[in-house]
Amino acid sequence: MKDFILPNDRDLGTPAREGAPVTLTIDGFDVTVPEGTSVMRAAAEAGLQIPKLCATDSVEAFGSCRLCVVEIEGRRGTPASCTTPVAPGMIVRTQSAKVKKIRKGVMELYISDHPLDCLTCAANGDCELQDMAGVVGLRDVRYTPGQNHFEQRAATGANPQYIPKDDSNPYFSYDPAKCIVCSRCVRACEEVQGTFALTIEGRGFDSRVSAGGPKDDFLTSDCVSCGACVAACPTATLQEKSVIELGTPERSVITTCAYCGVGCSFKAELNGDELVRMTPYKHGKANRGHSCVKGRFAYGYASHSDRILNPLIRDKITDPWQEVSWEEAMRFAADRLRGLQDTYGKKSIGVITSSRCTNEETYLVQKLTRSVFGNNNTDTCARVCHSPTGYGLGQTFGTSAGTQDFDSVEHSDVVLVIGANPTDGHPVFASRLKKRLRAGAKLIVVDPRRIDLVKSAHVAAAHHLPLRPGTNVAVVSAMAHVIVTEGLMDEAFIRERCDWDEFTEYAAFISDPRHSPEATALLTGVPAEDLRAAARLFATGGNGAIYYGLGVTEHSQGSTTVMGIANLAMLTGNIGRKGVGVNPLRGQNNVQGSCDMGSFPHELPGYRHVKNADVRAIFETLWGTEIDPEPGLRIPNMLDAAVAGTFKGLYCQGEDILQSDPDTHHVQAGLAAMECVIVHDLFLNETANYAHVFLPGSTFLEKDGTFTNAERRINRVRKVMAPRNGYADWEVTQLLANAMGAGWHYTHPAQIMDEIAATTPSFANVSYDLLEERGSVQWPCNDASPDGTPLMHVDGFVRGKGRFIVTEYIATDERTGPRFPLLLTTGRILSQYNVGAQTRRTANVVWHDEDVLEIHPNDAELRGIEDGAWVKLASRAGDTSLRAKITDRVSPGVVYTTFHHPDTQANVITTDFSDWATNCPEYKVTAVQVGLSNGPTAWQREYAAQATQSRRIVPAAE
Amino acid sequence: MSPEKLIRMANQIAQFFHTQPGTDQADRVAAHLRDFWDPSMRAALKAYAADGGQGLDQLVFEALPQL
Repeated sequence: MKDFILPNDRDLGTPAREGAPVTLTIDGFDVTVPEGTSVMRAAAEAGLQIPKLCATDSVEAFGSCRLCVVEIEGRRGTPASCTTPVAPGMIVRTQSAKVKKIRKGVMELYISDHPLDCLTCAANGDCELQDMAGVVGLRDVRYTPGQNHFEQRAATGANPQYIPKDDSNPYFSYDPAKCIVCSRCVRACEEVQGTFALTIEGRGFDSRVSAGGPKDDFLTSDCVSCGACVAACPTATLQEKSVIELGTPERSVITTCAYCGVGCSFKAELNGDELVRMTPYKHGKANRGHSCVKGRFAYGYASHSDRILNPLIRDKITDPWQEVSWEEAMRFAADRLRGLQDTYGKKSIGVITSSRCTNEETYLVQKLTRSVFGNNNTDTCARVCHSPTGYGLGQTFGTSAGTQDFDSVEHSDVVLVIGANPTDGHPVFASRLKKRLRAGAKLIVVDPRRIDLVKSAHVAAAHHLPLRPGTNVAVVSAMAHVIVTEGLMDEAFIRERCDWDEFTEYAAFISDPRHSPEATALLTGVPAEDLRAAARLFATGGNGAIYYGLGVTEHSQGSTTVMGIANLAMLTGNIGRKGVGVNPLRGQNNVQGSCDMGSFPHELPGYRHVKNADVRAIFETLWGTEIDPEPGLRIPNMLDAAVAGTFKGLYCQGEDILQSDPDTHHVQAGLAAMECVIVHDLFLNETANYAHVFLPGSTFLEKDGTFTNAERRINRVRKVMAPRNGYADWEVTQLLANAMGAGWHYTHPAQIMDEIAATTPSFANVSYDLLEERGSVQWPCNDASPDGTPLMHVDGFVRGKGRFIVTEYIATDERTGPRFPLLLTTGRILSQYNVGAQTRRTANVVWHDEDVLEIHPNDAELRGIEDGAWVKLASRAGDTSLRAKITDRVSPGVVYTTFHHPDTQANVITTDFSDWATNCPEYKVTAVQVGLSNGPTAWQREYAAQATQSRRIVPAAE
Repeated sequence: MSPEKLIRMANQIAQFFHTQPGTDQADRVAAHLRDFWDPSMRAALKAYAADGGQGLDQLVFEALPQL
């Protein structure tokens, strides 16, 4: 166990600046800092901490507390050091008799209106007000008791200034009695998070922090519970409830969030092995000190009573589970898997690697199938999310990698967001994007729904193109048509960086009038003039960056749209520098890593096809086993083969395919047809209802490893407590492999990373030592790029010349008709994550405790549906029921829901149609009908009954 | 796997390569199937085609000899 804190984690008072060096003298020391830096920060960088209350380096200086005053030679008065920029030759005194007297006076006033209950206060020992009182040497308060904000009762009755504590948010409390109105929370909400939920109400002595309108509390306000205000608060006014309950943490460990693909760095703060809180780590290069409600607060699932801590086995899925020892579970699983291979052949079993587990764990699971099972039947959750990115960008640029780091957005002038909803799905990136938009960058949103980015506080899209689901290719091609036919492309870039012959073919294709916005408007539903204006803006507005999500990939033409996006970036020369690029926003924490680690059935680690004998030889030599040169089965193919009776056994780590994969009936049938399903997870998830072996998993807090985020950034995950189930997940996989005769003997994940580096050129220089030294690194990281690669394709595309690929629109077979006249599209919500297995087991359910169906008022009225009514949602695949929410965020003809709750099971509606190149399911387009209903459908009741029956556990005999 | 699904998946691939310039579309369909389809799926497709292959895109037929 080793605590890992970088030495410069302290608050420097005001944000960093970039600029020419300026040298000044502070208290006799020469200091050189970039132009624009505040005197306060310059002093802090020299190790001189000027007392402060309203300043913190996550927000711009405000100059309200007057505690940080200094004297500057040649200037009158005592300027605030936080708002005074440095100047060459400036001579600053931070501790003169004059400023010391002022500071003491300021503190005396603050303390005169603050309760002196320090010993029983939740911020005791972690309170800047307390610290500052100490620093300025405040020894007595001369003011007699009078009007104040903290006493419940005044001499003459109730104190009208007293506002009781607001405990409405499940994770933090707001206690106005302790507030010093420094405004740090308000500024954090605006500048860091960009929600503008908080404000200062009233003036002078009446000034109070307020969330929303007069009748709002924190929960009913616009607050998204990101925790930025809590982190910024210098007192106990905004305080984590966990700290109130458990006390201030004594140690902290830097680790990486296990939620979305942004990959935020956090400090896990603990006492002993009890986690007290997670706070965003300032030097995390993905999040730069920010967080969202999931990573910051929703970690309670790790200690939830639903966690299964002992292995379970059963003969048939209709039997109750038997608790057994690890040894017995492994013997049972290994015997079954080997038995299946003996009976049905080597290729009758396979694995699904987890996009939530670490790189090292994923690497071992694919190694298990390739080296121990002897086949390539390995796939991962990316199959159902970003596999078209792999294919599309691989074809055009030569690598599936996202091209930028998140810092890049600070240099973008026009941002095109297609089929992504960052404020819900990738909230910390969304905050960084919104910051840039508030600074003047333009935004184009292509989405069937009016997502929050289209219009929210101080952010508005220049163009929202509300396309009909399934017409992405037509819209992207129409944009390219405008750019080419209006001569807006960057010809110099294309000539230098791309294959010119392919470009001329493409230009001839895309110039055809059938691709014009006017010709496709009826199909896409996007007004031609809007589309033209958006295309012109993207092509001519400066640095253009494209961010996209599953609204692009999860279509029958997902791969084609990705290629269309790559075409747009190449046409406009928006590749290879800061502020531009093609940026797939990845869903799960380590979906990038799971792809890198060779989880796909056709690729060994590092995206190298199994058909290449030279690549196979690298692994064959090291592993001492032969590798099958043919691609294996993808997840949908495994399920099809199971129904057909040829695929019989599955080891599924950290993935809940029954809830997350489309066409639930088909997934159920596939799982039910298998003879050995091994689920390795924290909870008895939905897939476990069809499992024969359950192996308890460990959380990200309980193991060492690495996650790779959407920027290709390899971040360390550090073990902050022992695994409650006894083993880290990589150890569990090793136990299974060894039970099948593998003879592995890894003793630490660092050894697995060494093996990855030794076999995979893009990871060649990655090691735990390097990660300790650098904090994180973006692959490729090898002798050619020893510092890693923040930006891809800087001097040329990975494949050499960029390839333009013809992108003809081909309508999906999934079409509306008289029986199913509406189009369903699915997505997710801020407070819940993926199938909800983690977030449903936290207080996040206060924001979202059921999936609802968004429906346009016109469609609702036609069907007699009122807001909140139970409705039945049916497609040709199945039906379910849920409550309706009437909103014009969706267009007429389109309905929308989330898939976080198994009792709704939105995927019983989605179909088995998929992307032509990759089999990525077409989640985003399903023809449906909606009608009034009385409650759960017969299928939902049967499903719930089966789940209850399947989750019975017989404890082990004592 | 049901023949309908096999036909749809193969035809989707063929549809894409139909739209691509050049004269090597059948080769590219074959290459795609070799790179991404498990041998049992390719065998099932070949068997279905040998059986008449009703509903299969012409380009799929042209690609089959290379599988």
